[in-house]
Amino acid sequence: MPAAATSFLAGVGDAALFAFKAMRLVWTPPFEVGETVRQVYELGFRSAPLIAISGVAVGVVLSMHTRASLERFGAESMIPAGLAIALVRETGPLTAGLLLSGRIGAGIGAELGAMRVTEQIDALEASAVDAFRYLVVTRVIACVIALPILTTVMNFAGMFGGFLAEMTATGMPFHLYMKRAFSLVEVTDYVPATVKTMVFGFIIATTASYLGFNTESGTEGVGRASTKAVVLSSILIIVTNVLLVRMIFFIFPETAGG
Amino acid sequence: MMGSAAARDRDSNSADVASSRASSPALRMDHVTKMFGTRKVLDDVTFDVPAGGGFVIMGKSGTGKSVTLRHMIGLLRPDSGRVFVGDDEISALSGSPLADVRKKMGFLFQSAALFDSISVGENVAFPMRRHTRLRDGEIRERAKQKLAAVGLEQDFDKMPGALSGGMRKRAGLARALSLDPQILLVDEPSAGLDPITSEEIDGLLVDMKKEGGATLVVVTHNMQSARRLGDQLLMLDEGRIIARGTAEQLDHDSNDLVRAFMTSQHAG
Repeated sequence: MPAAATSFLAGVGDAALFAFKAMRLVWTPPFEVGETVRQVYELGFRSAPLIAISGVAVGVVLSMHTRASLERFGAESMIPAGLAIALVRETGPLTAGLLLSGRIGAGIGAELGAMRVTEQIDALEASAVDAFRYLVVTRVIACVIALPILTTVMNFAGMFGGFLAEMTATGMPFHLYMKRAFSLVEVTDYVPATVKTMVFGFIIATTASYLGFNTESGTEGVGRASTKAVVLSSILIIVTNVLLVRMIFFIFPETAGG
Repeated sequence: MMGSAAARDRDSNSADVASSRASSPALRMDHVTKMFGTRKVLDDVTFDVPAGGGFVIMGKSGTGKSVTLRHMIGLLRPDSGRVFVGDDEISALSGSPLADVRKKMGFLFQSAALFDSISVGENVAFPMRRHTRLRDGEIRERAKQKLAAVGLEQDFDKMPGALSGGMRKRAGLARALSLDPQILLVDEPSAGLDPITSEEIDGLLVDMKKEGGATLVVVTHNMQSARRLGDQLLMLDEGRIIARGTAEQLDHDSNDLVRAFMTSQHAG
């Protein structure tokens, strides 16, 4: 086997072990509660403006496209419900996942990478602190908690954006828009799609932490870790999403239609 | 004085074993070998560090000095051989037993390695917050005392990025001393500092050694610093011990490299 392929497979194996270790330590004490709360704030709460603004913009654009399509069939009244289902089932979770892989993935990759090259991770270990538990596990938990919440924020922001577009086009009042929007959305549309973003959170946190934790080659390495964290976690989210949607259709056949 | 490095190494190893039987050393490296890729960085290194006093590991850049220090606190594990801290084999420990041994040690990194997301004071308070049950007020008070001891009492609330290189080193020393360690490991205390600041840091380390009775292990290639801090000196070359003794003994060593090193006035 060529050396590059061996090295690639070794890297994949190493990353998988890293992810399994993170998954295992999430459930075992000591729990770094204070640091986890801080990370929920840093990674989650501080991402809310990005998600809310993007959600409104996505909602406006989706609404305009939906109107252009449904107008041809005289089904304009279905625009709020169509938009809501599209947002809740796929557009919201995937867009939030990709946006957060950019913001959070780059942040974690750069922060841990910088801590590695400036010996701060070694300093944590030398201070008798389990650096993996303190830096990685806390970020994994924070991302798994934050992603579904931020996805919900994105869904509502998107619906609000859709309302703005509809109000501008037809003068539709807010309460009527929301009534129509939620008329066809079921719990099985919202829950599985939102829960799947917990997997996205895990992917973002473990990928970025792995790359940051194993940074080499000084500041150049930090930049590389940050870029790779975004690229890899985005690709993994898109690919995993296909599998998760397939799984959701299998477990909740009613969501697959037909 | 020995005739050859190998003979000296053997005799030194025998002496170490004998001394370890007489009184328990603070640290012991037992036939430690470490490879990075195909490069052997430590080659069957055996020595002990007596409890109390100053022990200096010196040698040219890339001879395995910092790698030795990192083995002593378990940041690196040997490919073969064992490392002891007191009676604990740190090279075989993990999890909370490893943490318990590390709580007895302090480590001053070459770059100081201050946590740059928290203030200087919180850096010093960090080990106390993690490993003691002291109340917040008491931790802050103790952290201020540690900072005062290194002349940084006014800088408690500053962020590490606002400090000069020498101040960062002093803050790193305050953090390393936060839990009053029995063993203090110091990696290149003079690196990147001017001679006067370097002397100040050495002065703090000498004071600590005299007052606290802790064991001080210093890695340096600065001979002035080594003479100030070391009751015993050990010299590494290409991952092997080539000399060990007091500064006076090494001044008259038969090995040209050792003598050349001892007479150098490298300021770091």
